[in-house]
Amino acid sequence: MKDLIIPWSDDRDLGTPARDGMPVTLTIDGQEITVPGGTSVMRAAALAGLSIPKLCATDSVEAFGSCRLCVVEIEGQRGTPASCTTPVAEGMHVRTQTPKIQKLRRGVMELYISDHPLDCLTCAANGACELQDMAGAVGLRDVRYTAGQNHFAPRQNGEANPAYIPQDDSNPYFTYDPAKCIVCSRCVRACEEVQGTFALTIEGSGFNSRVSAGTPEQDFLASDCVSCGACVAACPTATLQEKSVIEMGTPQRSVITTCAYCGVGCSFKAELNGDQLVRMTPYKNGKANRGHSCVKGRFAYGYAEHSDRILNPMIRDKISEPWREVSWDEALTFAAKRMRGIQETFGQKSIGVITSSRCTNEETYLVQKLARAVFGNNNTDTCARVCHSPTGYGLGQTFGTSAGTQDFDSVEHTDIAIIIGANPTDGHPVFASRLKKRLRAGAKLIVIDPRRTDIVRSAHIEAAHHLALRPGTNVAVVTAMAHVIVTEGLADETFIKDRCDWEEYTEYAEFAADPRHSPETTEKLTGVPANDLRAAARLFATGGNGAIYYGLGVTEHSQGSTTVIGIANLAMMTGNIGRPGVGVNPLRGQNNVQGSCDMGSFPHELPGYRHVKNADVRATFESAWGVPIDPEPGLRIPNMLDAAVDGSFKGLYCQGEDILQSDPDTKHVAAGLAAMECVIVHDLFLNETANYAHVFLPGSSFLEKDGTFTNAERRLNRVRKVMAPKNGYADWEVTQLLANAMGANWCYTQPAQIMEEIASTTPSFAGVTYAVLEEKGSVQWPCNADHPDGTPLMHVDGFVRGKGRFIHTEYIATDEKTGPRFPLLLTTGRILSQYNVGAQTRRTANTVWHDEDVLEIHPHDAEVRGIKEGDFVRLASRSGETALRATLTDRVSTGIVYTTFHHPDTQANVITTDYSDWATNCPEYKVTAVQVSLSNGPTEWQENYAAQAARSRRITPAAE
Amino acid sequence: MKIEKLIHMANQIAGFFATQPISEEDKAVQIANHLSDFWDPRMRRALHDYLAQGGAGLDPLVCTAMAQLRRPASGSEDRAPDGC
Ligand code: SF4
Ligand code: SF4
Ligand code: SF4
Ligand code: FES
Repeated sequence: MKDLIIPWSDDRDLGTPARDGMPVTLTIDGQEITVPGGTSVMRAAALAGLSIPKLCATDSVEAFGSCRLCVVEIEGQRGTPASCTTPVAEGMHVRTQTPKIQKLRRGVMELYISDHPLDCLTCAANGACELQDMAGAVGLRDVRYTAGQNHFAPRQNGEANPAYIPQDDSNPYFTYDPAKCIVCSRCVRACEEVQGTFALTIEGSGFNSRVSAGTPEQDFLASDCVSCGACVAACPTATLQEKSVIEMGTPQRSVITTCAYCGVGCSFKAELNGDQLVRMTPYKNGKANRGHSCVKGRFAYGYAEHSDRILNPMIRDKISEPWREVSWDEALTFAAKRMRGIQETFGQKSIGVITSSRCTNEETYLVQKLARAVFGNNNTDTCARVCHSPTGYGLGQTFGTSAGTQDFDSVEHTDIAIIIGANPTDGHPVFASRLKKRLRAGAKLIVIDPRRTDIVRSAHIEAAHHLALRPGTNVAVVTAMAHVIVTEGLADETFIKDRCDWEEYTEYAEFAADPRHSPETTEKLTGVPANDLRAAARLFATGGNGAIYYGLGVTEHSQGSTTVIGIANLAMMTGNIGRPGVGVNPLRGQNNVQGSCDMGSFPHELPGYRHVKNADVRATFESAWGVPIDPEPGLRIPNMLDAAVDGSFKGLYCQGEDILQSDPDTKHVAAGLAAMECVIVHDLFLNETANYAHVFLPGSSFLEKDGTFTNAERRLNRVRKVMAPKNGYADWEVTQLLANAMGANWCYTQPAQIMEEIASTTPSFAGVTYAVLEEKGSVQWPCNADHPDGTPLMHVDGFVRGKGRFIHTEYIATDEKTGPRFPLLLTTGRILSQYNVGAQTRRTANTVWHDEDVLEIHPHDAEVRGIKEGDFVRLASRSGETALRATLTDRVSTGIVYTTFHHPDTQANVITTDYSDWATNCPEYKVTAVQVSLSNGPTEWQENYAAQAARSRRITPAAE
Repeated sequence: MKIEKLIHMANQIAGFFATQPISEEDKAVQIANHLSDFWDPRMRRALHDYLAQGGAGLDPLVCTAMAQLRRPASGSEDRAPDGC
């Protein structure tokens, strides 16, 4: 394993952020250099390969000019200006090293060091401390000041030192040791500018100025801090320091890889000592994250080492038996025999696969290939079924391609953003930070969500409009916005004539203009005040570059696909497609949702979104794989479960998904799984689904394999192996072993070969190779002969399908209705620190932020039920019931309750129903009619479930 | 397959196409296409069989659409012990 030296891998700190003015040429220490106007002298020098000493500047934040270590001399200018705050000028002559400057710098350093503990050799930042480096760089040789007043000695002259503040260890991942702080304010600026949380301030002035997290104890955990780590990365000293570095020492090498949590797809440097992962730091050349991260990717990777991880294959005849640890051979033979046996008895179509949106493209491709080429059917689906399948349908129908239109950089050009059914500060934190930065620079925001999410109002951010609609009425709201745009003459007719089917548009305009779609009429059912909706629609249509970002609050409804179509209509009618700053942007849940859809996971589509009914597409794969391909669509996840209960579906290979916890109507899922004769779970842990499994194949974490993930911007990022798989095999190898045990003859020796096969069969990936990814860092598909560098923006000169289509979006109420028995509407979501079913994050210290799911309920609804903060309540729907704690908040309106689904002991999905999107069967997670009442504790169902789970997890170790 | 669920799903599909500005025939065609594009044959077969028994509760558009679809040949895959 060698470290990568690649052209885009230069991640030196250039001191101040990049600028993009007209080129300016200047001379620094006799070297001529041309840089964009607005660049600082410090950055220009760094670009010329000259580093000017600095302490308070770093290129992730704007310069502040407080330490005066970076002074230079400029010909024709008096004094010694700070190079970090001085912009370049044409013809400027700069000198970075003169006796005068050197003396000044030594003086500065002397002052800093006189108030700094000199325990460098035992300091956690030893060797990676900028203060230390600068002392060296300026040639500091002695400190003339005698220890007087200082911040670092706990006791002085036999008494407690009032200026000494002890270390704060409250955050599970990093420490704050004020004794080492040089008050450069880099952390404060990082928290404001990069993360946008404004958790830190500098309190006091002069000698008394200190970094403060705004709590009396300087307790980071109790503060607003969301533990993104931006301040830690910015800190030049050991003041803010990862606990893992304190424990393990400073890392000596690094590998660039991609976060395996959410669809933002942040690039990281995995920093190691040997094969021990010391820390993950966000990679500044990562094009999705530009050097930022959230708590999950930055810190919550410890699950890979958790003692719950299963490293040996296991089998059992019946799910009532304990697991038996066996060899890989035995497990695979057992699995292959059972699966083939089922097919012999129940037919070729009686088994199937579920691919994972957490695994790599290469792994997903192989799993669907297993179904199509080895099982000989199209029974393949992926968890995207239950999240973004309506995006595929809706955008495919309107634009002709099933993906977001922009890259994340696009947000820097947005003037007005709509966020609908998404909670980016929790679900897509790094994107949220980038959006918030743009909002602070003046862009406007409209939030359409039943809850008052954090993005509606937070430090220095306030949405212009929050349309708090009733869950399930998205289509009515989106169509009412179209009504306003059409009837008030705000549509961009030039764009529409040019780019869309004009006749369809006029029909749609007529449809939308009907009074039944007016905000005044829809107000009664959506609960959104007409005035607000009108103002929001006008703002979107007239406010400049308009971008729509949406999430599962759009898709997970009976009319999920219709809302996606409505969103596409809004973007087209306002001309917001095809340039930076605009577009329709689905925020993908898991890291590789986009990729798993691209790779042909759906039962009706081969890789590249091509229907199995098309003979030419089948022919491509038939000749590549040497087998005939079934022209009929296969079963989708909910259909598999129905067919299982029915007796025609008997075997499932489920890679990296936990359908029992994540899919709706748990009892039905359990019944489906229980009816199968061979359930193969391939995962890191004995997840909930494994309670019903007969074969367990241990999985590998993203740190243990090579491959690619495709994020929400269609960007293929490399995942690189940083350590050997603890279970012995990368997941793609396990799938290959299973395929071969079932008679296939696959012989991939590395994932790059799988990507070659993808490229050779799928036109939009034709230009993707590992060599290209190595050279460019990442590419956005389509990447082929027409787009050799990939495609940051889609539909620039025309829609992929030709003319954009307007499709009518009539509101049809869901059949899930409140009534006397179930008067409240439950909607579900997630929070920042936990991820999906929580299998990974629950096994990290992230639990300090969220150790149980709670029910948010409006104080008024709580009062009439006698519910107080923290009470245990029973939550019931027609599907089932569970119990959890309540919290009272006006984030939700009356009539609406909300919870997360991260913890299996709550199992929020016992409550959700089997209703689904009309087009795709994407479950209607976001609307369930429920009743809430006081309770004493867990329901009988929860107790039975826990007992069954415990029974089912018994393991008999292999005989030695 | 549990027929109530299939009826609900089929009617939902009809509900969408019913609101499109196209002729009744085209609606039926679209529904038929949607069913054959996205439904596994055993689901379509179950719906066919249900229709053959009268199809109570099905949207009339679904019935017209189904009339245009061939009942997928019975494969071995639905040789369920207790039938469906
Ligand atoms: S904590 Fe670190 S970054 Fe913040 S002011 Fe102190 S030394 Fe600077
Ligand atoms: S970890 Fe992030 S949120 Fe917390 S103080 Fe640092 S920059 Fe701010
Ligand atoms: S979870 Fe998402 S936002 Fe957070 S670091 Fe990973 S990819 Fe980035
Ligand atoms: S680095 Fe320029 S003043 Fe501190």
